[in-house]
Amino acid sequence: MDGIAPLIASTLSAGTVLALAALGLLINERAGILNLGAEGMMLIAAIAAYATCVHTGSDTLGFFAGALSGAVAAACFGALVIWFNTNQYATGLALSLFGAGFSAFAGIKYTQEKLPERPRFAIPGLSDIPFIGEALFKQHPLVYLAIALTVAMSWFLSRSRSGLVLRAVGESPESAHALGYPVRRLRFLAVCVGGALVGLSGAYLSSVYTPLWVEGMVAGKGWIALALTTFATWRPARVLLGAYLFGGVTMLQFHLQGQGVNIASQWLSMLPYLATIFVLVLISRDINVIRINMPASLGKPFHPTT
Amino acid sequence: MLRLESRPQPSATMAWLSPLLALAVTLIIGASLFSMLGKAPLSALAVFFVEPVKNAYAWSELAVKATPLLLIALGLSVCFRSNVWNIGAEGQFILGAIGGGWVAMHATEETSKLILIPILLAGVLAGALWAGIVALLRDRYNASEILVSLMLVYVADLLLQYLVYGPWKDPAGYNFPQTITFAATTKVPKLIRGFRTDIGVLIALSTAAALWVFLFRTYAGFQLQVGGLAPAAARYAGFSSRRALWIALSISGGLAGLAGALEAAGPLGQLTPYVPAGYGFAAIIVAFVGRLHPIGAVFASLLMSMFYIGGELAQSRLGLPKSLTGVFQGLLLFTLLACDTLINYRIAWHSSAKPSPQPEPALPKSSVKSPGNA
Repeated sequence: MDGIAPLIASTLSAGTVLALAALGLLINERAGILNLGAEGMMLIAAIAAYATCVHTGSDTLGFFAGALSGAVAAACFGALVIWFNTNQYATGLALSLFGAGFSAFAGIKYTQEKLPERPRFAIPGLSDIPFIGEALFKQHPLVYLAIALTVAMSWFLSRSRSGLVLRAVGESPESAHALGYPVRRLRFLAVCVGGALVGLSGAYLSSVYTPLWVEGMVAGKGWIALALTTFATWRPARVLLGAYLFGGVTMLQFHLQGQGVNIASQWLSMLPYLATIFVLVLISRDINVIRINMPASLGKPFHPTT
Repeated sequence: MLRLESRPQPSATMAWLSPLLALAVTLIIGASLFSMLGKAPLSALAVFFVEPVKNAYAWSELAVKATPLLLIALGLSVCFRSNVWNIGAEGQFILGAIGGGWVAMHATEETSKLILIPILLAGVLAGALWAGIVALLRDRYNASEILVSLMLVYVADLLLQYLVYGPWKDPAGYNFPQTITFAATTKVPKLIRGFRTDIGVLIALSTAAALWVFLFRTYAGFQLQVGGLAPAAARYAGFSSRRALWIALSISGGLAGLAGALEAAGPLGQLTPYVPAGYGFAAIIVAFVGRLHPIGAVFASLLMSMFYIGGELAQSRLGLPKSLTGVFQGLLLFTLLACDTLINYRIAWHSSAKPSPQPEPALPKSSVKSPGNA
């Protein structure tokens, strides 16, 4: 029983990395843009946040730097796919490859650097409750922000007028265009906002979750976040649940290793990746589920005709 | 006002010019990056683009690195042409090295030199089977081949680590994570004495020729390409998209596996955790820069190999990090995609007062067709 509360706590923390990134990608995809560059954006943001943190000593500035660099990287991607009509798959891949190279290059000085003492968080009162307090109420504020964002995004997409417009842009850009909405500008906005969230996730990863800079440290989390949006059938609440589920799988692997289970650590490390494949198969198996829920124009270019 | 105007016909000139233009832009950005880092831009660029082709030895090293890149890129070209997005070639490469390495480990000094054939076949088979998982899950369960193939890269990497840290570890290797050094008979034969280039180059070049024939001179290759360019037309003509999926993934997985086996039995001579060197990802760029064309891929693989060697030289000569290679590779693909826009569009000046009639953009799929004024 002793290990359970920390396991839940670390699951929430690991899930937050995925949740923030997947929520960002969700905004992109609801607007009809598939950004395969998530992995690269997270890497760029992770090193930007880490470097900012090392130099200024401020976590808050680090998060801003992460979100900003994510948004800038996403803007480059968005400009290409939206105005230059480049292939979304290829451009996203380019961003992922560039991000891997750039972050390794920019981060070389920071592999030896250490961050200032990490602050501890606890919600007064609630965190003193036995078990529950340990498990739920001693988290970094961003963990709660991810939950709040999920609620806000659910409301935005299903209840607000602008959310409806955003969805229209993703479902049928031709109709949205005919109604007079600036489809390309809205898509670009969605890409940038989504990029900022993906960046925030990278910042959280390097400055709170790990907290270290290691080359290639995102280790597929950007791709897992992409899979999560499909797994969640493009709904924010399910994204959050899925993210915690995957956080749990990641933590379970460390937990089992800690318990000295007699399985080579490499097999356990495969778990998150195998789980991703498994849930993808599970959800994609029924083609109707995908067809009903997927934004109808996801990945398709839109070029307005005058 | 500057704006993009669609061309009535995609420009064939731009299709060839675009990679050169992209390279030029990458060089300009690279030169400014060098001067920002306090290095003389021209001499730094020379490390990347002159040193690797300076003499016969340099060319041989260039070919050593270009061989796996070319083999993998050839397979990916077939995949991307048939609209199958296999981005997990790195994993198929690792599996090829594992498969080839497994056979090579069983060879002794008495084994015939012909052991190389089973080694390479095992590599092809392992790579194709690994890609076959992707095809199976896509075909039967509709799972995204992009994500599945990518996830399998991490799984393959961990599998390799498991083997070299565990059951395949050399008992006499001072506990280093590595297999035994393969028997000398397994070594891929060298082309010329004194140079590292081996017959892998010939295999890669003849594969390029064979794929050219397959893509442009056979009915099966034609079917694949129609499926990629116009899925609806392919369906109407009765071309099976499932068959295309399996063919494309088997070819690209097999070739990536072949590259892995050649690497294991050639330059490496044993398996270590450092078998994956990013060739599988760099080959994606090679495929695009080579215009998804077998002949183009030959030149593009040489260019990408230059980036690799240039990065290593920049580290030893200029004290710059080796990861510069990755920056340049990513930049090149970015600029290439941007320049490719000029194949279908041209840049035109317009005074905002009098907009000229816009011809219908030549976009596939989503654009609404109307009687064109093109």
